[in-house]
Amino acid sequence: MSTKYIAKSSAIASRLLGGEMMVMSAADSTFFTLNPVATVVWQAADGLTPLSEIVAHHVCTEFEVDPETAYRDVERFVDELSHYGILKVSEQPFADSAASPTEAA
Amino acid sequence: MSLMQEMSQRALDLGVPMSVHFDITYRCNERCVHCYLDHDDHGEMTTPEIKRVLDELADAGTFFLTFSGGEVLMRRDFFELLEYARRLMFAVRIKTNAVMIGEAEARRMLQLGVDQVQVSIYSHRAQIHDAITKLPGSLRRSVEAIRFLNQQGLRVTIANVLMTANMHDHAGVQALARELGVQYTLDPTITPKMDGDTSILNLRIPGSELNGVFHNESLVGNVEEFCAAPPAPDEDVMEGYPCSAGHTLAYISPYGDVFPCVQFPLPSGNVRRQKFLDIWNHSPELTEVRSIRAKDLTVCSSCSHVGTCTRCPGLAYMEGSMRGPSTADCEKSFHRTGTRSANMLRLDGGQHRPAPSGPLIHIQPLTA
Repeated sequence: MSTKYIAKSSAIASRLLGGEMMVMSAADSTFFTLNPVATVVWQAADGLTPLSEIVAHHVCTEFEVDPETAYRDVERFVDELSHYGILKVSEQPFADSAASPTEAA
Repeated sequence: MSLMQEMSQRALDLGVPMSVHFDITYRCNERCVHCYLDHDDHGEMTTPEIKRVLDELADAGTFFLTFSGGEVLMRRDFFELLEYARRLMFAVRIKTNAVMIGEAEARRMLQLGVDQVQVSIYSHRAQIHDAITKLPGSLRRSVEAIRFLNQQGLRVTIANVLMTANMHDHAGVQALARELGVQYTLDPTITPKMDGDTSILNLRIPGSELNGVFHNESLVGNVEEFCAAPPAPDEDVMEGYPCSAGHTLAYISPYGDVFPCVQFPLPSGNVRRQKFLDIWNHSPELTEVRSIRAKDLTVCSSCSHVGTCTRCPGLAYMEGSMRGPSTADCEKSFHRTGTRSANMLRLDGGQHRPAPSGPLIHIQPLTA
């Protein structure tokens, strides 16, 4: 299992509303809401913490789920958001962990 | 229900100010004849003050943030504020006349992930547009800016406010929008000045023109549907809210004053003296606005248009009562559907009362 790092794209808007994260892509105004598990992953996507640690320390501690299932589901979620361009995925930590909008593509 | 409607409903249920219209300056490089603002600077908030307010809005759950004015680019710190707002992950929309936007500014807006830019265009003819803005060359500069913004890939909308001076030019502006590859929106609303001066209302387009606008397929889409007679209001309508002002929407002036909406000048607090969330949650004015249901409206609750009217509580407030009718919207409902509003019938003083049932004329002989 390769190490993955995830960071929020700088070209998005997001806000927590009633425990669920609203995310909008600035590129095309596509709108998403994330369920509580996905919200936890989203909030932990700092570009520096390996995805496996996010699953172990955030998802598995907050939700009753076994680590393997959790990692598989989170990977699928990350792939999907990456496909829409609102989450960046890399095998290396991101240099600018803040994912500032100043360096938006 | 769309995802957006679902989110709006959730924001309403949770009492979250999901959208904030923030005028960061009233200063402007144009002097539009219909403008409701005083363009002198009476003590705008400073950069740190605005940043603090933005922090508070993010904490309050605001998602959509509209920067407007005045002309936003009259503030030298505009891009600093924009960058700060985007770091706080707002979906930022900008309303501008765009005459100060060149290629570099357009590129910067894209880099900062601006969601939408709305540019005011009054006519496709320079002599009309520039006469309204009182800035020679403004149409050329605004159109050039739209090209820059569009080339960058930003979503641009031309906002076409209609008034007597440009009421025959909407087709030309629409064609211009098509040529530029941007969206077009039309607004026939002229509002009183913020100090209550109603002299600019003379610029409103006459009813006959309004009728033409509402029956123009290229402007309203399906005319039959848009102009359909109002359906009988049901209980849901009567228990409903007039609009989002004060419910999920707030307005902040460059001086920190908070209002339910940019068109609703009911002072509800000031962010220089109070935290935004304290105003939002505890202002007696906002509490009163939120208490009003359609069934509480003094005249409109008995109007056949109550469920479909665009009644603006802010315009009603400026006419004397936030629970009363807004005559501009009565006019719109009438010219859209051909059905007179309850307020129009009331103001007619009996001239258009409904015909009585039974014989139209009935003579009762007097008996001694």
